[in-house]
Amino acid sequence: MKLTKQEVEHIATLARLRLTEEEKEKYSEQLSAILNYMEKLSSVDTAAVEPTSQVTGLTNIMREDEVIESGIEKELVDCAPDKGLGFVKIPKVFENK
Amino acid sequence: MELNKLTLLESFTGLREKKFSSEELTRACFDNINKFDDQVKAFITLDKAGALAQAKAVDQKLKNDEGVSPLAGIPVAVKDLFCTAGLRTTGASKILENYVPPFDATAVKILKDNDAVILGKTNCDEFAMGGSTENSGFFPTHNPWDLERVPGGSSGGSAAAIAADMCIYSLGTDTGGSIRQPASYCSISGLKVSYGRVSRYGVMAMTSSLDTIGPFGKNVEDIALILKYLAGRDVKDSTTPDIEVDNYSEEIKKDIKGLKIGLPKEYFIEGMDEGVRQVVLEAAKKFEELGAEIVDISLPHSELAIATYYIIVPSEVSSNMARYDGIKYGLSKRGKDLLDIYLDSRAEGLGKEVKRRVMIGTYALSAGYYDAYYKKAMQTRTLVKRDFENAFEKVDVILTPVAPTPPFKLGENINDPLKMYLEDVFTTPASLAGICGLVVPAGFSNNLPVGIQLLGKRFDEKTVLRVGHQYQLATGWHKQKPVLK
Repeated sequence: MKLTKQEVEHIATLARLRLTEEEKEKYSEQLSAILNYMEKLSSVDTAAVEPTSQVTGLTNIMREDEVIESGIEKELVDCAPDKGLGFVKIPKVFENK
Repeated sequence: MELNKLTLLESFTGLREKKFSSEELTRACFDNINKFDDQVKAFITLDKAGALAQAKAVDQKLKNDEGVSPLAGIPVAVKDLFCTAGLRTTGASKILENYVPPFDATAVKILKDNDAVILGKTNCDEFAMGGSTENSGFFPTHNPWDLERVPGGSSGGSAAAIAADMCIYSLGTDTGGSIRQPASYCSISGLKVSYGRVSRYGVMAMTSSLDTIGPFGKNVEDIALILKYLAGRDVKDSTTPDIEVDNYSEEIKKDIKGLKIGLPKEYFIEGMDEGVRQVVLEAAKKFEELGAEIVDISLPHSELAIATYYIIVPSEVSSNMARYDGIKYGLSKRGKDLLDIYLDSRAEGLGKEVKRRVMIGTYALSAGYYDAYYKKAMQTRTLVKRDFENAFEKVDVILTPVAPTPPFKLGENINDPLKMYLEDVFTTPASLAGICGLVVPAGFSNNLPVGIQLLGKRFDEKTVLRVGHQYQLATGWHKQKPVLK
């Protein structure tokens, strides 16, 4: 199996990555090699095997729904490249296609 | 006396007995950093002013005979994946080149609460993605044993800093071998804890269902002491169960007579380095001399681990890396619209391996492929995990090699990502199972360091530490040091 350039471009769009032509070429090759290796798993019969998504054995850790002040609200917002009035500023969303 | 060469316990004793001050100890570490870090490149950021201020504060406390923690005044290096309030934290990524977090990771807060002296932040593969530290967004780290070779990764800087005696101990992270493999490559001790044993709050996430953080030390005794402080429940990390933390420093003193140590046949594969094989078999003999029983075991699904791991990891990576969007923090390239900010910031800020994993993960999770890749991998993960459960019904600890080869040369594997992934063949299975694993130095192959891996049941750190410590009482490998000029 080899990923086509179109497939690589499609994945890159989904992942919000802008790739150069050279990167597209390289990733098409490298991703294909890696995915071919993954085919190893397809021969394993897992019909009766439960999936493991995590190993803690824990479920639904609950706590009271209380506001706990971090004390660093301003510092956190200040990490943003564009901010004002205690908020993170972003360009308009709905004018974008 | 070269203070920087001391272990944690030796430093602690010396400080208590006022043989030297924390300032002298801290300066000795910085002197060695000044001398050798141009060659080794273990650190991304140093905090000499902060470290010396902390050291002087501890010296004052000691002078006043105030009670202090055993970690107080002792220099530690921290992987640059851990957030440190007010100190630049990059994740070894260009996208966070100038990021200064306003808060501490829980592990860092524990160190600070115990008056530890944080020297600086160590180099690693970008966001912990790699096994050689060559994927750092800034520069590769060199192995102090042979500067042409890699220190391993992803926590290569933290491991090299100890091997070169630039610090007394250090912190790293291990998702698929990122503490264990560099410990082996640099001939130091390193512990991957059971999943959930130590809080990861404030440590940059790579693969959330596998990520763990843990200590590197000059010996196992030191690691036992550090772990006592790091381990336990943290409300800020919901994967940390409320399970009792053992008194590791006491537990390790017990001998290993009658302990059953499993030797899995699947870990002695064709093509592995002959020297590595010999080191592991000789270690097995040593354990027998110490009274343990070596039992042949089988972990039949080991062969599936790499493929399973390298589906689960990029899948979770593709999700975890979405946070680096040029909006909230880090590098931001301002284009004409929102999409441009995402695309341009990520194109410039993220490195090759990160992009590669985001691509694989996005593909594996995309419509039509989820069942074939991600779900399948979660199922084969169950098979790998069950192997260990079955094995641990027969044995207490499992002894294996850490990597199929000793440290390789810089550049040797960098253009072949699959080959690089296959280096993780002996470390990823334990990660998938969420169990703990200790690496200790055990010999050399063609003058290059080789460690052994001791795998234990979930939350049974005390037993692997005990086996490792008893081994170090009977051998001298961990005392050997590289010669830097």
